[in-house]
Amino acid sequence: MQYILMAYVDEAQWPKMTKAQQEQGMAAYMAYTSALNEAGVLKGSNRLQPVATATTVRIANDKPQVLDGPYVDSKEQLGGYFLIDVPDLDAALSWAARCPAAGHGAVEVRPIWGMAAAA
Amino acid sequence: MSVIEGDEQARSTADAVARRSYGKLVAFLAARTGDVAAAEDALSEAFAAALKDWPQQGCPSNPEGWLLTVARRKNIDRIRAQRHEEPAADRLQTIAEGSEGADEIPDRRLGLMFACAHPAIDESIRAPLILQAVLGLDAKTIASAFLASPAAMSKRLVRAKEKIRQAAIPLRIPDRDELPQRLAAVLDAIYATFSEGWADPQGTDATRRDFTEEALFLGRLTAELLPREPEPLGLLALMLHAEARRRARRTPDGEYVPLAEQDPALWDAQMIYEAEAALKRAGALGAIGRFQLEAALQSAHVDRCRNGRPNWPEVLQLYDALLALTGSPVIAINRALAVAEVSGATKALEALEAAAVNSCIKDYQPYWAARGELLSRTGASEEARQAWQMAIGLEKDPAVRRFLQNRNAG
Repeated sequence: MQYILMAYVDEAQWPKMTKAQQEQGMAAYMAYTSALNEAGVLKGSNRLQPVATATTVRIANDKPQVLDGPYVDSKEQLGGYFLIDVPDLDAALSWAARCPAAGHGAVEVRPIWGMAAAA
Repeated sequence: MSVIEGDEQARSTADAVARRSYGKLVAFLAARTGDVAAAEDALSEAFAAALKDWPQQGCPSNPEGWLLTVARRKNIDRIRAQRHEEPAADRLQTIAEGSEGADEIPDRRLGLMFACAHPAIDESIRAPLILQAVLGLDAKTIASAFLASPAAMSKRLVRAKEKIRQAAIPLRIPDRDELPQRLAAVLDAIYATFSEGWADPQGTDATRRDFTEEALFLGRLTAELLPREPEPLGLLALMLHAEARRRARRTPDGEYVPLAEQDPALWDAQMIYEAEAALKRAGALGAIGRFQLEAALQSAHVDRCRNGRPNWPEVLQLYDALLALTGSPVIAINRALAVAEVSGATKALEALEAAAVNSCIKDYQPYWAARGELLSRTGASEEARQAWQMAIGLEKDPAVRRFLQNRNAG
């Protein structure tokens, strides 16, 4: 079963942190990523650029409409994701709880619409 | 045997199996696929087939095994039919692997209950989900007890089962370190089921009265399947104590009788005995918990009323422990009434007001009834009258409302 763990954090906090704090934060994410790797469950992971870089597209009146900014404006923003392959939701939740973002933001866990779950 | 007799026998055997084994069969069928709805559908088709087949062929010697075999076949047929939509080979494989001899069906009901009461499932739907998946109650019956519309209840049950399947919520007993917290959710759901049944103390509404029985059944089952855990025994003791006093809670005319004025001769002595035995066994397992403390309180109340020996300091101690454990404002209100017996009404009012800093308690009838009671003991009769008035306005049970009105007048 594959799940995506989506890390929502308040990205405005990052620039306010000291260099040492930022390094510590990075190290925590790196340690988490290597723990996922060691366990053989990590399928993919990326950190995203801040929402200021986001552009949203939708078709309106048959024409693509392009808007500056993220689709949802919220206090905490999608800052990155981890795609993992584990036996069930309990296993996915226990990995989500270890994600540093769970401590300073929130982690949304969603099953991937794979072939086995398509019925 | 005539066709009609055969029909009747088939029906009564099917009913008996349904009563005894419905949840066991659903749990077993769903354990491999994670698909509770499909297991329920396959099983109900198997029951329909049984009602057609058994009157003619005679009841099988192992009705559960018969139903399981047919239900599995239905499950496979269904997945074959869906084949164009998804590669079903792996799911067929999963189901086929489970086709070993069905003589001894392992009991996976507890695993199913843990899935239904999973933290990823909305709390308010956990008890209804257990009633449906483990006991086979239909959405309409469940809806009437939980004061919801049948259509809305049905939709929410479907959605919850879809979540179990799609998010792959496991149908198993959690690991040791997670067990206490997860078990608490299962026990809460069972207790919610009991409380819904209990909400009709006269027992005039048949669907509701059944729910206390179902909750007792689930409580006994959980205690039996987790014999080393004390809290299921504590919950069982608590429910048995409450159930034992059912007949005494109303006069023959349907008037409400508070605990202190109940006739202990009307209590079910056998049930109280069973409750005490369960509580004792829980105590021997050496880990105190919310339900054991609540059962111990019931036990202390019964002891006081039966023997006429005031034991308020002991009762207060139990409330202190319970309040420290749960922080529940409802407990705090009951504790305040025990404080009144130990240290007087003025001290009790202070305790009650400390509990009421939480504002949602102001919509809670027992808070105002307790306040009215305590104020009238201090002689503040005008304030007491206002409190009783609030309690009367918030009460939905007509018998309790009449009782409060009499208190207020008297």
